Amino acid sequence: MRAFRLLVQRDLRLAFRQGGDAAMVVGFFVLTVILFPFGVGPEPEILARIGAGVIWVTALLAALLSLDRLFTADYEDGSLEILALSPLPLEAVVVAKCLAHWIVTGLPLVLAAPLLALFLNLDAAGYPVLILAMLLGTPSLSLIGAVGAALTLGARRGGVLLSLLILPLYIPVLIFGVAAVEAAIGGLSFRPHLMILGAFMLAAIPLSPLATAAALRQALE
Amino acid sequence: MRLSAAVLPWCAIATALTLGVGLYLALFVAPPDYQQGEAVRIMFIHVPAAWMAMFVYGNLALASAVALIWRHPLADLAGQAAAPLGAGFTLLCLVTGSLWGQPMWGTWWVWDARLTSVLVLFFLYLGYIALVNAFDEPTRGARAGAILALVGVVNIPIIKFSVDWWNTLHQPASIMRMGGPTIDASMLWPLFLMAIGFTLYFLTVLLIRIRTAIIARKLQVLRMAELEPDEDFAGARSAS
Amino acid sequence: MSQGVTHFLEMGGYARFVWPAFGLAGVLLVGMLVQSLRAYRQRQGELERLQQDGRGRRR
Repeated sequence: MRAFRLLVQRDLRLAFRQGGDAAMVVGFFVLTVILFPFGVGPEPEILARIGAGVIWVTALLAALLSLDRLFTADYEDGSLEILALSPLPLEAVVVAKCLAHWIVTGLPLVLAAPLLALFLNLDAAGYPVLILAMLLGTPSLSLIGAVGAALTLGARRGGVLLSLLILPLYIPVLIFGVAAVEAAIGGLSFRPHLMILGAFMLAAIPLSPLATAAALRQALE
Repeated sequence: MRLSAAVLPWCAIATALTLGVGLYLALFVAPPDYQQGEAVRIMFIHVPAAWMAMFVYGNLALASAVALIWRHPLADLAGQAAAPLGAGFTLLCLVTGSLWGQPMWGTWWVWDARLTSVLVLFFLYLGYIALVNAFDEPTRGARAGAILALVGVVNIPIIKFSVDWWNTLHQPASIMRMGGPTIDASMLWPLFLMAIGFTLYFLTVLLIRIRTAIIARKLQVLRMAELEPDEDFAGARSAS
Repeated sequence: MSQGVTHFLEMGGYARFVWPAFGLAGVLLVGMLVQSLRAYRQRQGELERLQQDGRGRRR
């Protein structure tokens, strides 16, 4: 457990020392969402209608943006091999790295989302649900993305390949994330959607590290 | 290798026969649908292609599991040989679905749950193929692809469930029932034969592709062996 | 007779949907088969050449 905590702290410290990572992801998120009014026009009704979807889709892309560096640095400087040899199982290493990744990129996305909802004139009823849904959904994004990041380690054109592999797997999170917000705005029950999002996360916590660790092992062989 | 050589011609003949009879029944014998008219004949391509898209993915996943658990080299080759065929069938299913949808629904594409799921499946195939070919070392690509195929197996039901659910939420205004309530025997037979024909075709081409991959392995080994003694270097160069 | 053929080819007015569907099926299936066969022949040829080379040198 101590080793786990240390690993998370190490990753966080690395991310903060280099800075930039979280800022870049949030910057991309905000800028891309801001492009939409230019694309579809500034009418508040249209923006309100598509707001939840735009925020979620952009959040997926922003999360994807930072994924290809999840393991690359450790892989290239050899610390990944040391981590694999450490007494901590590789699956736990993966969870720790995902947790750090989520704190650095997922959490800022959640915090930036209400601001963007404001820009897009989202109905006030949607705000709390949007935040809740993103809190439940973004960890799944980090976890699922970790599989792709591990699989594409050392591949040619890893970044583009990563998006091809991972975006289809993000569809369920997108569907239920948007549905929760739209249900809340429409005055319907949004609990089932949030529960399904939570179920995705709970399923991803054991399954994704399993696959990711397997992929990392074969990359290190 | 020898077994496949013995089976291959029979597979090829059986493929040609079933596809021939199936096509004949599909085009000449099966009656036009009372609602959809002659357009219903697209079904005899579309539905078997959809079955194959899933069947081939099942094979790919099975081969991947065998490759990962028992590290059997043949399983890797089988998976890699199957994937492009699966992608082909999935593409066929999508395009014929679109060609069927245009006269029936009035648009080339509807975000129907089934069409959408198949589209996602197509991207999974493409991702697998791209991943397998993205490494300089073929074994790494094979191993990574196998893991991805298994991840896909876990995800396909989840994606299917999400898309179904999403589709009932956004139900398009008018959706026609596919095929009608009951399928007459005169339609079932060609459908059945076409499906078997597609399966046999898949087996035949899969065998050819696996044999090709085995030969490629042999070539690699032979070339490595040739490279070892120094004086043979020039000879190996000219042969390659 | 020829009227029967045209009638058949018209597919009840759905010709432009039915025939591309069957055509694509044919093109795809034949294409995948031909591509696989060609790769097979090519590799087989290379293997034979290499084996003959090796035998020649050993002698």
